[in-house]
Amino acid sequence: MKKALISLGALAAVAAGCATMVSDQERSARALDVMKASFREQGQAKLDRLDQDDMQRLCSAEKMPPKDVTDKLEKEQQALIKYPDDGKFIGDWKEGEKIAQSGIGKQFTDDPTKPSGANCYACHQLTKAELSFGTIGPSLYNFGKIRGYGPEIQKYAYAKVYNSQAFAACSNMPRFGHRAILTQAQILDVVALLMDPNSPVNK
Amino acid sequence: MHHYAIAATGLVALGLAVQAQAQQRTTVEEIERYRAALGDGNPAELWEARGEDLWKQRRGPKAASLEKCDLGLGAGVVKGAYTVLPRYFEDAGKVEDLETRLVTCMVTLQGFTPEQATKDPFGGPGKKSDMEALVAFITGQSRGIAMNVAGNHPKEQEAYETGRKIFHFRGGPHDFACSTCHGSDGLRIRLQDLPNLSKQADVQRAYTTWPAYRVSQGEVRSFQWRLYDCFRQQRFPELIYTSEASIALTMYLAKGANGGVFNAPSIKR
Repeated sequence: MKKALISLGALAAVAAGCATMVSDQERSARALDVMKASFREQGQAKLDRLDQDDMQRLCSAEKMPPKDVTDKLEKEQQALIKYPDDGKFIGDWKEGEKIAQSGIGKQFTDDPTKPSGANCYACHQLTKAELSFGTIGPSLYNFGKIRGYGPEIQKYAYAKVYNSQAFAACSNMPRFGHRAILTQAQILDVVALLMDPNSPVNK
Repeated sequence: MHHYAIAATGLVALGLAVQAQAQQRTTVEEIERYRAALGDGNPAELWEARGEDLWKQRRGPKAASLEKCDLGLGAGVVKGAYTVLPRYFEDAGKVEDLETRLVTCMVTLQGFTPEQATKDPFGGPGKKSDMEALVAFITGQSRGIAMNVAGNHPKEQEAYETGRKIFHFRGGPHDFACSTCHGSDGLRIRLQDLPNLSKQADVQRAYTTWPAYRVSQGEVRSFQWRLYDCFRQQRFPELIYTSEASIALTMYLAKGANGGVFNAPSIKR
């Protein structure tokens, strides 16, 4: 009898616990509902910007997802990269420098008819001349000089700028090509900034 | 106010020149010195004085002052009130941050409509914000007092957990979350140091220095403004003033800052 009472008590405690316990998934769903009611569309920034793709959802966890998940994610993102038809990866490094300096684009206060920048300097060191650089990403100074100027590295630089998630799942870097922040021609200019031997990045 | 801008330009230029010779840390120290120099005369005092007048004036259809407003420590208690916010308010039936609470009081005590109370949340050229002035006054009355957000009420706990989720939520064309820039130690955007807001010491330092007089904007900016403009740069849609998400995120950060001594309105670049 006593035993039965104890187990009944235990059952009640478990039930009470369940009533107040909220799963991580439920919390995420609730947060999304709250966000959808807390933002309004403004200019080019519509509410669909709160609709996450798989990468965004997986990488919103506080902990890095397990390796099998991130491996799969990287493969999927690699498959989404569109390479230039002519196989040429190098544009104009001087244009690339301008793109690297500009932080405009995609904010609701920006003019959507004007090209976006990539704001590379916000997070990376690139040249010796520009002292105002951030440290969220690694230094890219001497990017080509260190790695070599060959076609494989050119292709990698293009792909990394196009879709950073293809090589490092949950990277902080935007997917400039995949999300159409930059045009293909702009990406080639940024690749030139990194890979042209005459670019100040490699001086 | 002109000399503030000149001092800012001169000292930032000096900061950059110094950095050319030495390492980045030196620049940060120079900017700190510039802040300290300006801290002796913070224009935010003008907002605080105007806010105090607004607090005491009889306004709105009911011609009532805000002096009976309960900011969390009892009707009319302003001293230290900001350090316990956000919190759950029985009469409102929800968790409110300072600005949401002020809207509630302007509606219930003074008879304004919510639309009227939230008409000019942020000041701009030729447009003064009464809300920013009220916020400057009320927060100024918490200087020197440690942050002490309770967060025990189920609704407060829920707001905290929701805020924590929002902090890590990646979205928009750039895949940015708050945590993209504010989730690791010792990082910078350009030359701007970034607090790691998931770490106690950093969130204490950051949260206790808002609101702030922004030298570059000539305005006192509230915490609602801070979140609004972060989300703009995050490429999200427009954060609605005093929305549930804004309160939840504030709850996550304010509670994280518990124990930190409040010291605002401050002055920032």
